[in-house]
Amino acid sequence: MIKKTSLSLAIGLLCLSNVSAESVFVTLENDNALAVVDPIAGKLIKTIPIGQRPRGIAISPDYKLLYIATSDDNTIKIIDAVTFKELGQLPSGKDPETFALNPAGNRIYVSNEDNSMVTVIDVAKKKAIKQIKVGVEPEGITVSPDNRWLVSASETTNMLHWIDTKTNTIIENTLVDPRPRAVSFTADSQQLWVSSEMAGSVMVLDANNQQLIKTIKFEISGITADKIQPVGVVIDKERHRAYVALGPANRVAVINAQTLEVEKILLVGQRVWNLAFSPDQKRLYTTNGSSNDMSIIDLDSQTVTKSIGVGTYPWGVVVKP
Amino acid sequence: MMRKSNRLLISFLYLLLISTLHPAYAKAKLNINIAYLSQEQKIPLQLSNLDPFVKNKGLKGAELGIADDNTTGEFTGQQFNLVTFVVPIEGNIVDTFNKDIANKFQYVIVNLNAEQLNTLADLPAAKNMLLFDVATLDDALRNEQCRSNVLHLLPNRAMRADALAQYMLKKRWNKWFLVIGNSPEDRLYAEALKRSAKRFGMKIVNEKTWEHTYDARKTTQSDIAVFTQVDDYDVLVVADDHGEFGEYLDYRTWLARPIIGTQGLIASAWHKTHEQWGAIQMQNRFKDKAGRWMEEQDYGAYLATRALGEAVTRSLSNQLNLIKAYLLSPAFALNGYTGAPLSFRNWDGQLRMPVLLAAPRSLVAVAPIEGFLHPKTELDTLGFDQAESHCQWTPQ
Repeated sequence: MIKKTSLSLAIGLLCLSNVSAESVFVTLENDNALAVVDPIAGKLIKTIPIGQRPRGIAISPDYKLLYIATSDDNTIKIIDAVTFKELGQLPSGKDPETFALNPAGNRIYVSNEDNSMVTVIDVAKKKAIKQIKVGVEPEGITVSPDNRWLVSASETTNMLHWIDTKTNTIIENTLVDPRPRAVSFTADSQQLWVSSEMAGSVMVLDANNQQLIKTIKFEISGITADKIQPVGVVIDKERHRAYVALGPANRVAVINAQTLEVEKILLVGQRVWNLAFSPDQKRLYTTNGSSNDMSIIDLDSQTVTKSIGVGTYPWGVVVKP
Repeated sequence: MMRKSNRLLISFLYLLLISTLHPAYAKAKLNINIAYLSQEQKIPLQLSNLDPFVKNKGLKGAELGIADDNTTGEFTGQQFNLVTFVVPIEGNIVDTFNKDIANKFQYVIVNLNAEQLNTLADLPAAKNMLLFDVATLDDALRNEQCRSNVLHLLPNRAMRADALAQYMLKKRWNKWFLVIGNSPEDRLYAEALKRSAKRFGMKIVNEKTWEHTYDARKTTQSDIAVFTQVDDYDVLVVADDHGEFGEYLDYRTWLARPIIGTQGLIASAWHKTHEQWGAIQMQNRFKDKAGRWMEEQDYGAYLATRALGEAVTRSLSNQLNLIKAYLLSPAFALNGYTGAPLSFRNWDGQLRMPVLLAAPRSLVAVAPIEGFLHPKTELDTLGFDQAESHCQWTPQ
């Protein structure tokens, strides 16, 4: 009995220590650096020079490698997630900003805004294996968790391109609200959520037939519609809630992912941009581009608990357990 | 016989291919024909050789916009065709309009002055057309002289003056010394500035019209120092549309004061210093295409073609009444790389847009300046809001 208690206590402690080992990585567009944050202690641990104008960031499925698009270096760098040593570079094409890593971690898909292309990279070989012609200024890009779809959003064409990951060809195109930014699948790969910056909306689409389920609009008293410009979208694994960064409205919207109704609006930092869950989904981390900080939202209480100064123009965010 | 059936087979395969690739848009292509009309300009006298004369301002922007529209069109089954008409200096725009454009085009991008624009808009042939004005800044065209078949893509003078005034108010540069050139355009800009001063509670403490020479040596050495010896003021606001003397003011005024207006800190729809909100991509794409910086008329023409493209894509039609209704509806939201969705004011056809405030080598601010509030959209703090507008559209 005592043994059992101490064992569970030990497990509890282990979990606790695991939690506190959690690291948040934030790319700092203007500092040419990566910020490493301990979100439990609420502290910026260190800032590491990483390359020119880092923006998009992803972490490998085994959490050992970081991929960081250093836009002005025209490459995606492979960085050791513990030592932060550069291990290699990927041929991203010119001025990479956003990219997506597939669930297996062996393909990276890069949006090349300047020439309306998506570049497919074989990560192991560090080689571009295909370029797919898409609409004007592709930006948001994601792979469905079941690896069926690669979806690329063209900001100026206002369109989603549904690309078969096996053949790397476009199967379907869907018109969406003006200036689509971020695309996110639900964990079951059944829905795709897309934010539209100029329409101030989020559209939820059925991934099976690419049809619209609902367009979600946001209203915030005291803020005109122009300022509500949705960017980052994340949905929790159970599809209970989704969170949308509202850009210059300086707020994150909490959406009931079942009813698709807005439940709550939380005030965070200025020009809130990208979002990431903690591994246990108890917290949400936001990058606030204009106020140079990140906010931590406690998801049980749905409150903003802390903001941490990270450096100038925080852009992308990933979490390592 | 054999050939014919082969051809049929090929076209059948092609159709099959199209329909598998784009099942939603398997129908025949929808054609949208757009005319671009402008007139050759005399090369103006210039203060310096720093800025070369740009001959095709506007056209390159229209071409880029059409290319973007057609990239979308590849996926949506729409083909946008731009046909350019540049009338020689001694040519007659009305003749060209009646002969080459009337009955052939419904959408015309017009890069001409205010008088020419309204002459065209009033022609019987223009009744069933939509003209996209990418050049005029005239406040009258958004008021008494407005036409219901014209949309304006560049900010008018009042919008620019309001943008400057908001910034000056924020900086507490409340006392203005207004310096006005001799051209009609200068007087119009001065009127707009006076309206803004009143609107934002600013004081014009001195007002002078430039009466000296435009000779650089004489002007810079003596005239400006003498000319600017007036009672104390916070900021010199200059209206010199053609840049005949305004560039000489900075560093040469009697008192050390900033210059703002048509020179110094200027108000513009687009500027080469602008990089935010994805503008850097726009700048790069334009430069790759045109081999030069994007000018305001290029930006206006780009927005015109993009607005039309957006309306066609959304309404799945090329019909004038549907396109126009969509453009003037609240559903229309266009990205202009300036941080706010652009739309048309449905009382005067003016594009609702932010105004950049730029120094020659740095972007200083973007109006509407934070803190200037509006019940509907902050963009309507610039220019003529619905209640102020004297535009009365007569139904076509």
